[in-house]
Amino acid sequence: MTPPPCPDQALLVQAELDGELSVAGSAALQVHLEGCAGCRALQAGLLGLSARVRLAGPRHAAPDRLRAMLAARAVPPPRVTGRLMRRPALAFGAGAALAALVALALLPGPVAPLEDQAVAGHIRALQPGHLTDVPSSDRHTVRPWFDGRIDYAPPVRDFAGAGFPLVGGRLDYLGGRPVAALVYRRDRHLIDLYVWPAEGETTPAARARNGYAVVTWRDAGMAFLAVSDLEAAQLLEFARLWRSGP
Amino acid sequence: MDRDGAAFARLALPHLDAAYNLARWLLRDPVAAEDVVQDAMLRALTYFASFRGANPRAWLLQIVRNAAHDRLAAAARAREVPLVMHDDEDETAVNEPADPADDPETALSRRQDRAALAAALAALPVELRECLVLRELEEMSYRDIAEVTGVPVGTVMSRLWRARRALLCRGEAQA
Repeated sequence: MTPPPCPDQALLVQAELDGELSVAGSAALQVHLEGCAGCRALQAGLLGLSARVRLAGPRHAAPDRLRAMLAARAVPPPRVTGRLMRRPALAFGAGAALAALVALALLPGPVAPLEDQAVAGHIRALQPGHLTDVPSSDRHTVRPWFDGRIDYAPPVRDFAGAGFPLVGGRLDYLGGRPVAALVYRRDRHLIDLYVWPAEGETTPAARARNGYAVVTWRDAGMAFLAVSDLEAAQLLEFARLWRSGP
Repeated sequence: MDRDGAAFARLALPHLDAAYNLARWLLRDPVAAEDVVQDAMLRALTYFASFRGANPRAWLLQIVRNAAHDRLAAAARAREVPLVMHDDEDETAVNEPADPADDPETALSRRQDRAALAAALAALPVELRECLVLRELEEMSYRDIAEVTGVPVGTVMSRLWRARRALLCRGEAQA
């Protein structure tokens, strides 16, 4: 049974997740969290809830007819000269080219069951109490926890200084085998990083799967698969931090 | 006016989705939301010339939020509060990724979880719901939420906490 969170810390735990705490405030809270299982459980609960709310509460888009009507009212169809015509067309062309580039970079690749499983595992872990088996921002606590639970020692790093603090670890299943899942976060966005032994070396590549970004790479005898609802660029930044060492 | 219109199209129209999303969650009705947003946006267009602030999104959402509250108050007076959600129940299923590990029963129960959470969010008191929607779905800062809802930052913090605690307790009761 987890102890209850401290009443005087709840708003601070929340503010830290919302990115509203100063650096000094965050550091002080971190010290408290290390010694308080109740507040750590609250933090994990709020993280999962935040992700589930974003999943369950769809962000409704405005109807197209409303957008068209307002645009027409704001800017009545102008008397255009040939020269004026060209500029928006050019801008549109550039925008379309950019969109095509982004689409290329995020093209849903050939269906990779492993990535689907990873996304599903990520969503499963958002349920209350499933996020971490070992909730700790201390890599010296997280790493030994995997001893005896899996037959390899996953590398564990913390990037709190770069805005990707370690939240903990858990045992998950990918491709029919138990693998280490390391949990990180960027503000309120959770990142699951699955790590298992594999040969070869590849540079991080991003893919979109069902609205989630998935980044995979191989390095130093391990395969890495990161899943998050972060933007792909931020998840790639996370991958680059990992590869550039502790 | 032409120049104001162009500025409005450039600075305010990009926030139309945010405006509609807020109205939709406050009114819980797509027809009423579209109606309120249309009125509020046209009013915003009229007054845009006098807008001098640095944050057009907060300014716009404040207008929409107040219009939505006016509509709710009028509906309450007329005892016409829309109790039935017109939302398509299956809308939340769009983002459902296939989980090879799931049997159909587990997949169904997860969809139900999600629908239940959306319903719990929709059932929160309106002053808690608007804070949570602005924070989680629009990713606004406490200060901007305070501006939109017209309360101090401290009140925003405690409302967010009450909203989240209510949803968390609901989850525990289920587990």
